Amino acid sequence: MTMTEKILARAAGKDSVQPGDLIMAKLDLCLGNDVTSGVAIDEFEKAGFEQVFDPAKIALIPDHFTPNKDIKSAGLVKQMREFAKKHQLVHWYDVGRVGVEHAFLPEQGLVGPGDAVLGADSHTCTYGALGAFATGVGSTDLAGAMATGQAWFRVPETHRFDFEGSLGEYVTGKDIVLFTIGQIGVDGALYKAMEFTGSAIRGLSMDSRFTICNMAIEAGGKSGIIAPDDTTKAYVEGRFLRTPVYYDSDADAWYEKTYSWKAEDVPLMVAKPHLPSNTQPADELAGIKVDQVVIGSCTNGRIEDLRQAAEILRGRKVHKDIRCIVIPATQAIWKQAMDEGLFDVFVDAEAAVSAPTCGPCLGGHMGVLAKGERAVSTTNRNFVGRMGDPGSEVYLAGPYVAAASAVAGHIATPDQVGGRRQS
Amino acid sequence: MTESTAGTLRGRAWTFGRDVDTDLIIPARYLNMKTAEELAQHVMEDADPTFAGKVQPGDIIVAKENFGCGSSREHAPIAIKGAGVSLVIAKSFARIFYRNAFNTGLPILIAPEAVDGITKGDELTVDLASGEIADLTTGVTYQAQPLPPFMQELVAAGGLLPYLKKQRAAAG
Repeated sequence: MTMTEKILARAAGKDSVQPGDLIMAKLDLCLGNDVTSGVAIDEFEKAGFEQVFDPAKIALIPDHFTPNKDIKSAGLVKQMREFAKKHQLVHWYDVGRVGVEHAFLPEQGLVGPGDAVLGADSHTCTYGALGAFATGVGSTDLAGAMATGQAWFRVPETHRFDFEGSLGEYVTGKDIVLFTIGQIGVDGALYKAMEFTGSAIRGLSMDSRFTICNMAIEAGGKSGIIAPDDTTKAYVEGRFLRTPVYYDSDADAWYEKTYSWKAEDVPLMVAKPHLPSNTQPADELAGIKVDQVVIGSCTNGRIEDLRQAAEILRGRKVHKDIRCIVIPATQAIWKQAMDEGLFDVFVDAEAAVSAPTCGPCLGGHMGVLAKGERAVSTTNRNFVGRMGDPGSEVYLAGPYVAAASAVAGHIATPDQVGGRRQS
Repeated sequence: MTESTAGTLRGRAWTFGRDVDTDLIIPARYLNMKTAEELAQHVMEDADPTFAGKVQPGDIIVAKENFGCGSSREHAPIAIKGAGVSLVIAKSFARIFYRNAFNTGLPILIAPEAVDGITKGDELTVDLASGEIADLTTGVTYQAQPLPPFMQELVAAGGLLPYLKKQRAAAG
């Protein structure tokens, strides 16, 4: 079996499962945010459920429009807060304690290796980086999960994405995942588990692995997953609140498809409007004028991402025609960035630093685009109107290209602005 | 949906291309709302700003591959259903949208040949139980893929939450 099948078999209380099997899985954690929880709570109450299955296995994370951007958003968070108090949920976090959900949950040890996790947010697939099965659903599925601790799944076929060799300079997990989506398309892994393997993947930090699994959904995937190794164990130890179970795929596991690529063939990548699959090497897009650069989100708002941005921004200024917004994804990342002096770099470069929020990624607040404006963003979607006016444009990239573009005033690679600076 | 007479839908076709994402169906700027009435006013706004004003109760969305890709927002099927759309026919659906459609009671059918044959404005009748799609404008009929048995069970139970309640009661 693949490790996805092993986790689902364990969650279903079976010895084995096969792709296509329909299972009821016991969940280790379920998750909602301020956009999805309101509808879930309405459905939960409308259906007549009175109790949650386990107050310690539900995390409600207000991150999308927080700190509350308007009166309606404030109402949605208030409903979550009241529900969390009524049901004595252990994992309710408010502004000042919270962060962007998919950075926050792993950081706080709420999700870990071997877990089966259901989240009412499409980027729940992020936790596959820990060797977990994690998938996004809608609000009614969350309501059912909060009531019963279970959800139905069709066991997905696994597609394997193998990257052997060494990555080029400045090439990160974001470039690997954009490259992958560019190769297979936005429904290239529809309903599938995406397993990333190979020496280049094993050489990646946890932060880069989170970035890769985070965007499995942008290829239509049900989940992304990476086999746990020493890097995973070092991250999980002393952090994960439960006991990790480390699964790996069997040597004779069946893969519906296997893609093999050389790591050195992955360039610095950009996804052009209006699909994450519309990719092109960054150096071929040099010169495209930009109005705003966003560095943050559940995809690229972790400490390593901020360090990479700082390597390029250190001792330089953001171009006079650019607004550059940096959003550390959690309070802990915020503090670490501050302690490491990264905020000095950002502020000296004339970038703005925001409190943790999903904010501009989905055109919510903290950097909404006007008609005709263009952003380079380390976020995950570049659909029409994603960051604001339907006549605006989003180019997706990793932190290095985003920071270099902020300096240049147009899409640029680090080399095109003189490379990294240590001091 | 068990009786064909109760499950027969009639409406005009609105055609869309592939990869209609959830930001096109209901832009994130409206996700501070959650009622069907509010959301329906903005349905498909960034794909066709005139859609919400022109769509009639019963009308049918016909789209190519990967309908509903992107976010997990259940607001998407809620907005479509709230606008009076009776059915979405597509070549394929993104998986979260597929679950959400069943969970919110928005009928969906997978019928690639119908999608290729139907033109915007065609008058359609659809028998949900049999999956037969008749294009009254062209006189051509198509057959949708049957629902998987488990999805039929969900529909028969009245949706996910009643299904889970029944399961839990049965388990004691």
